[in-house]
Amino acid sequence: MPDFILDVQGLETTFRTPDGVVHAVNGVSFGLLEGETLGVVGESGCGKSVTMLSILGLIASPPGKVEAGKAIFSGQDLIKMSKEEIRHVRGAQIGMIFQDPMTSLNPVLTIGRQLEEPLMLHIGMTKNQARERAAELLAMVGIPNAKDRLNDYPHQYSGGMRQRVMIAMALSCSPQILIADEPTTALDVTIQAQITDLVKRLRDELGMAIIWITHDLGVVASLAQRVLVMYGGFIIEEAQVKELYASPEHPYTIGLLGSLPRVDEKERSKLFSIEGQPPVLYQKPEACPFAPRCKWAIEHCWKENPPLLVVGPEHRAACWVDTRTGRHR
Amino acid sequence: MATKELNKNEVLLHVDDLKMHFPIYRGVFQRQVGAVRAVDGVSFDVKRGETLGLVGESGCGKSTTGRTILQLYKPTSGAVTFDGTNLVTLKGEQMRQMRRKMQMIFQDPYASLNPRMTVAQLVGEPLMVHSAATGAEITERVAHLLELVNLNPAFATRYPHEFSGGQRQRIGVARALALQPSFIICDEPISALDVSIQAQVVNLLEELQEQFNLTYLFIAHDLSMVKHISDRVAVMYLGVIVELATRDELYAKPLHPYTQALLSAVPIPDPVADAKRKRTILQGDVPSPANPPSGCRFRTRCPIAEAVCAETRPEFREIRPGHFVACFFAERFL
Repeated sequence: MPDFILDVQGLETTFRTPDGVVHAVNGVSFGLLEGETLGVVGESGCGKSVTMLSILGLIASPPGKVEAGKAIFSGQDLIKMSKEEIRHVRGAQIGMIFQDPMTSLNPVLTIGRQLEEPLMLHIGMTKNQARERAAELLAMVGIPNAKDRLNDYPHQYSGGMRQRVMIAMALSCSPQILIADEPTTALDVTIQAQITDLVKRLRDELGMAIIWITHDLGVVASLAQRVLVMYGGFIIEEAQVKELYASPEHPYTIGLLGSLPRVDEKERSKLFSIEGQPPVLYQKPEACPFAPRCKWAIEHCWKENPPLLVVGPEHRAACWVDTRTGRHR
Repeated sequence: MATKELNKNEVLLHVDDLKMHFPIYRGVFQRQVGAVRAVDGVSFDVKRGETLGLVGESGCGKSTTGRTILQLYKPTSGAVTFDGTNLVTLKGEQMRQMRRKMQMIFQDPYASLNPRMTVAQLVGEPLMVHSAATGAEITERVAHLLELVNLNPAFATRYPHEFSGGQRQRIGVARALALQPSFIICDEPISALDVSIQAQVVNLLEELQEQFNLTYLFIAHDLSMVKHISDRVAVMYLGVIVELATRDELYAKPLHPYTQALLSAVPIPDPVADAKRKRTILQGDVPSPANPPSGCRFRTRCPIAEAVCAETRPEFREIRPGHFVACFFAERFL
């Protein structure tokens, strides 16, 4: 058993909606190694964000509810913690960045004030110490004239700069883990390149572990060391990044990679498309949730949901079928 | 593809020095104090049957260009010649008749369909407005259109909220096809969709193009998708086109420093290929189109800018047959 700094076991989260109970996360287990960058990939509604929000105790209840599971972080179960206890973990030992830098900052407080807050709250710095540290942090994420710009309000910053501020804020208390939920999705490609570059540099300097949630398989390829692919609230494939892109095993991963055009492609070929659409699970599925869209599906797929099976070195996939032969594994 | 090659050289749409400035008003008397130069002098041709990709980052004026071509905005100056007719000088009924030939597919399938109309009404509306069909004929045509975009005609009585994003975008496509146009502007038609659904819509657009010999202006910010679907590609930055070439040439040998940086910033879904790439990371942000830099628009972020770039605006010139670029130093990359 490797030494995980975050060990998640059997996480299940549901939401009560007028149409019924939606099973958003259905027994997700994974570990995060120290200093590792873990990519979590999937389409909207696959449960990737809900998984992380559940771990951080940020699921609004009601309508949401973490039904089962553990998330062990430095010997303690985050799921069992009280609101007060987990507040001392969030922002201090686990930092977070969210998708939309426009709405994650308070528009009526200066950037400086927002950066100082966690420093005073979690580390107990004085106002002056926090001010100084905030300027250092802004400079660290590459904002010129950091000291003067502390007095600016968020609307005076561009989208890319606001995301830099979010990163500075998430890293302000030197967390062991940084959870980034689609941090570059709202940004243009040239700005996205700036941000991913910044994160890589900071990761090498500060050595924190990163969980990078995204729907963009391109971004993950350049950042992550290990990747989890999610579908219908399950982890359906897990592998080292090179292995996953070189030999994807789950039909969904194969389809997802095939449906992407590439800027470096030579020949123009028809895109592989996965017919149908992702499910909304009103019941915990008995069968494989991908079976209705899968062209390899066999009888067993409709009867039993496959667990993660070992398919190679450090490579697991939740599929009954060996796609190379079309036969049962 | 055979039909596509046939009349490749016939120009269907010619855009000449098109400008679209939005005035900025200030003060008690609402005096005009300036203008957002959203589109500031773009010229290009679209040939019959081809797909011209128009790429750029948010705020570069690519959507405004599309809307101004269709005269949804009254252009500040310039000419748009469609099939031999200058659209800018057309008025009222004449323009309305021209619209039958040019349609648009919008970005957000959640916002572009009226939630109170059924699919039959949505797809049949253009037929009714242009008196292209009546009564039972409309129902028949709607059913046929829905089949074309791979939707079950039995869904005609449903409302947009009952459909997923990909299906809604198909309704938008059916609506655009209703009047049998020859030219369609696709304004980021897949940006709001999930990855696995994007491929479905792009494949559909390609099939329809072959079937009806459609001409597309495909506006997008996703460079890999634009490469996939386009024959030629134009790159916009801050209201101007900086480079235009065939897709193979543009992607293999970009000559403008902005195109080079843009291409190198696109993540490749392959860790091995990605690690081998040389990346140019641009500093800073796009300047405001209300107050663009003098001379070359890109000079404030350009890695090779010199004094001359601040003084004169580089001409958009044909550096090689069919390859246009607006940079003084493009020869260096030839």
